[in-house]
Amino acid sequence: MFAAGAAALLVALALALVRAILGPTVFDRLQAANTVGTLAMLMLAMLGFLTGRPEFLDLALVYGLLNLLGTIAVLKFFRYGDLGEPGEDAERHT
Amino acid sequence: MSVALEILSWICIAAGGAFCVIGAFGLIRMPDFYTRVHAASITDTVGVGLLLLGMLLQAGLSLIAVKLVMIGLLFLFANPTATHALVKAALSRGLAPLLAPGEDSSKR
Amino acid sequence: MLQLTSLGIVLYVFWILLSGYFEPFLLAAGAGSALAVVLLSRRMHIVDREGHPIQMIAAVFWYWPWLLKEIAKSAWDVSRIILDPRLPISPVLVRFKPSQKSQVGLATHANSITLTPGTITVEASQNEFLVHGLTRSSGAGVIDSEMDRRISKVEGYR
Repeated sequence: MFAAGAAALLVALALALVRAILGPTVFDRLQAANTVGTLAMLMLAMLGFLTGRPEFLDLALVYGLLNLLGTIAVLKFFRYGDLGEPGEDAERHT
Repeated sequence: MSVALEILSWICIAAGGAFCVIGAFGLIRMPDFYTRVHAASITDTVGVGLLLLGMLLQAGLSLIAVKLVMIGLLFLFANPTATHALVKAALSRGLAPLLAPGEDSSKR
Repeated sequence: MLQLTSLGIVLYVFWILLSGYFEPFLLAAGAGSALAVVLLSRRMHIVDREGHPIQMIAAVFWYWPWLLKEIAKSAWDVSRIILDPRLPISPVLVRFKPSQKSQVGLATHANSITLTPGTITVEASQNEFLVHGLTRSSGAGVIDSEMDRRISKVEGYR
């Protein structure tokens, strides 16, 4: 039963990868990368149950955090060209 | 574990996997970026939720269950933020959304 | 003070649940870490109604179940749209004014809208939300919605 869940996740992963390759804009690719990250996190949790090693859940937790940070970091890099200079956005909007 | 719980968790995992595939399929099928985000949000909410619920029923009352709940909460709080940042960046970058006929984008 | 205590307890419980070990040394280390984080947060002035909103504790029991129900409902609708061969979408952008007063309430509202499949908050500010809806009806559904009223209720400013 976990194998069935893992298989469904693999299919979804393949579809998301197709979108990441097709693009066409950088935002499409980022959204696809975000989805891949989500599915990879679920996959880790599934594998933990499949192999009877619940330590995998800790990895899934960390992966979920990294997924969020990764998306926002790439977004920021794409927008400003570097990761420094906090508050640039806030200044512009006031 | 009772049979009823087993069946319930099986249903949850099957439905969660199906919703994940539907969301990813929508990611391919939708015509423009903004509508693709809607499709991806199915994977991110119902797919994740049902799969975690299915695993939660398997785990029973233990630290594993607590960690699954933590993953779920982290997801429900953090993922909309990433989505919002993505969409906002796309719009401020000038990526025009595809709108239904009769909807004027200059109204925004 | 209430918020500092509650933050400390939450952090310590978080430590224990993540570690899963109950040796005296690790329990003491957890207490020390939780205390250190509480003191640092106090120095940074981030423990207030916004940083640690315990006034919204009612939301957990009263708002979240309702939100989960809404998510399930709209996820079902969006799934049917995706699987429909005609792909009946009519994307719209809607603007409306949220009724929340605090930043936490606004963030909760924006997050809830994004979390519900079929609607995404594109821009969020005190005066105006810009929401992208997958169909006309889902776009119109966010204006003066039940969600808005419920969040205003759990917000803690009566």
